[in-house]
Amino acid sequence: MKAIALFSLLLPLSNASAADWLQFRGPNGSSSANDAQLPGALTDSHLAWKSPLPGRGISSPLVIGDKLFVTASSGPEQDRLHVLCLRASDGSKIWERQFWATGRTMTHPKICVATSTPCSDGKHLFAAFSSNDVLCLDLEGNLVWMRGLTRDYPNASNSLGMASSPILAGDTLVFPVENDSESFAIGINTKDGSNRWKITRPKASNWSTPVIVSQTKDATSVALMSGNGVSVVDSVTGKERWAFTGGGSTVSSAAMDGSILFVPSKGTTAVKLPSNGGEPEVLWQNSQLLNATASPVLNNGRIYTLNSAGILKCSAAGDGSKVWQLRTTGPYSSTPVASGNFLYLINEKGLLQSVDAAAPEGAVAASIDFQDTFIGTPSIGHKALYLRSDKFLYRVGEKSAAIDARPQP
Amino acid sequence: MSHRSPLLAGLLFVAAICHAQDAEISTILKVGPEAANNASAATATAALAKSPAAQLPQILAALNQSNDLAANYLRSAIDTIIDRTLAAKESLPVADIRSFLLDTRNHPRARRLAYEILTRVAPGDAAGLLPGFANDPSVELRFDAVELLVKKADALKESKEKDASLAAYKTALAAARHQTQIDKIATELRALGETVDLPKHFGFLTHWKVIGPFDNTNLAGFDAVYPPEKEIAPNAEYDGKAAKVRWTEALSSDDYGKVDLNPVLGETKEVTAYATTIYNSPVEGPAELRLGCKNGWKIWFNGQFLFGRDEYHRGARIDQYRLPVVLKKGKNTLLVKVCQNADVKDWTREWEFQLRVCDATGTAILATDRPPTPKSAPKASPKAAPAKK
Repeated sequence: MKAIALFSLLLPLSNASAADWLQFRGPNGSSSANDAQLPGALTDSHLAWKSPLPGRGISSPLVIGDKLFVTASSGPEQDRLHVLCLRASDGSKIWERQFWATGRTMTHPKICVATSTPCSDGKHLFAAFSSNDVLCLDLEGNLVWMRGLTRDYPNASNSLGMASSPILAGDTLVFPVENDSESFAIGINTKDGSNRWKITRPKASNWSTPVIVSQTKDATSVALMSGNGVSVVDSVTGKERWAFTGGGSTVSSAAMDGSILFVPSKGTTAVKLPSNGGEPEVLWQNSQLLNATASPVLNNGRIYTLNSAGILKCSAAGDGSKVWQLRTTGPYSSTPVASGNFLYLINEKGLLQSVDAAAPEGAVAASIDFQDTFIGTPSIGHKALYLRSDKFLYRVGEKSAAIDARPQP
Repeated sequence: MSHRSPLLAGLLFVAAICHAQDAEISTILKVGPEAANNASAATATAALAKSPAAQLPQILAALNQSNDLAANYLRSAIDTIIDRTLAAKESLPVADIRSFLLDTRNHPRARRLAYEILTRVAPGDAAGLLPGFANDPSVELRFDAVELLVKKADALKESKEKDASLAAYKTALAAARHQTQIDKIATELRALGETVDLPKHFGFLTHWKVIGPFDNTNLAGFDAVYPPEKEIAPNAEYDGKAAKVRWTEALSSDDYGKVDLNPVLGETKEVTAYATTIYNSPVEGPAELRLGCKNGWKIWFNGQFLFGRDEYHRGARIDQYRLPVVLKKGKNTLLVKVCQNADVKDWTREWEFQLRVCDATGTAILATDRPPTPKSAPKASPKAAPAKK
């Protein structure tokens, strides 16, 4: 798969393993982990453990070796920022650090201050919160640096809450802080938290997450979405390299596979990256492939979209043609994740459904009802699925599956 | 070879630790905007985190003088020291931490942290102290103590002890500063037949003079300087968006002090207005203006611009924005600019704000001449369609 091939190109630049889940929606924002073998025929027995969390949160957990990292927020004003490290094997807590928010913590009640998913290079954790506080910790929980971006730029906030997740582009942390007022994206030096660049972005609320579209030894390009479309910037300078101006979602995010960027735009639009300074090429556009709050999922040459009615559509990634569509049980706020021939969808009421994507018309293979509220997107790592509600972190998988421990740096 | 006595050597060792710790704390306190001194603070934090647990009170004390970023570096070191010490089954300086907690001269944030340390190592002691924090300068300690008061009142209500529960809810209300608790207590008190003046409890300013509408087409009115920004002349008349405009009275009878401009100035879009009031302070000194507003807004205090925000209809709540000010004893003048955008969706109709004056705990600082809370105020028509022009 092209996405996996690109990811493997990135690995030498980090300390990560291919089975790790290091950012929102995993490798390249594909929401796919083909090397993980998860059970399709889910039963309650596949719930390996559930572990209580100290606060609210809809951020996804990260999986790094045999450890999980997750954020939460608590307190009467939701101004306590939590970062936790747990054992993947049993959900027990290894360490927890708390910080005080320096920015505004008001959000829509459906989300909370711990909405952005952290990212990691396998050695450090970069956690962002709706208060626009950004933290860098090592994997032992030691604070390396902290930024208070609303403290630095006082009108950078959204009263509905900020939700974009940061991503790593080499040694630059790219973080969109896009809102109706002081709207920008920032490239932060991962070593000390200083600004590499800060660019003005459209004055409009935006909750989408960037994605890396290309990476070489010398240059990394990052796609920033907005209502205007996609702006692809140089991760070192923040300068725009090229743009797709056909419009875009400010909620769901783009996904990358090889040389094609799949953009939630007028349904879904497949954009071929330009070569040698040329223009991007629209390969196909399908207005029926609506994304609602979920982002497109790429797996095995197919693209999956989930609309607001809970209709999961499977299409050929090459031309957007229909393979099948399936009604599932919503409502959803999260993005599905894929492993092998199965997709996993968690609705807001806690119903986890596995969908057999190899069935001729797609089929809901099995489900587990957690009877809990889930807004955040699951993660996959080392043969297990990790889901977090507002109160608990859950591990789903074969109980016999070994956890791939690896030496920590 | 040294011929120092063991005691002297020990004292010198402690002095050396303290000196190093002072240097590390001093470095951390220099953390500033845009990552200023981040790198040196990280090194200092790592070193400080190796301090023995006996040094925790000194590190806690450093929170008294830290900015909010440096506080997080210090906290990181404190958490690391505690985890390491407890993992080694060694003890923390509980008595010193307890003394630190009880000394209200220490920063509320640091005291709350001291309390949470105490809950880990001496939970019984911490629980015993909690009821004493109902009027504490720490908002979080107070919040938890008020929870106890509410539970006590609830229990009395459940056992049908009306007079006792009424008294208990009144005690809880007097201590409560957080909206969720105040809402709950006020609901219970009203159910028991009690009158509750929430605007007065919060310290909302309920009597205003407003003028408008001025033009905000294409949101240009946010930056436009209309005459009220240059002068507040009660009898003046200016060119408004569509007609001459004059100052007129706007009152709020809302529990949360919302001043609704639609029924006073007409429900229109792409407009801006100003509201002003005189606040006669009983004291001189630091205070907070706490504003809630889902429209674009700017605010001036005693003629000085404080802050402005051009976000529209993303939500509002009590205490959405906290603006530190220094009150003059006696007359203080407030001016608020409230802008409405062009959106005509039903949820973008509101053109309103709420503002209160309080201290850092959220305790109302009532004006010396605070008028009675209005019994009623004009309401916007629930079915009136907003006009764009």
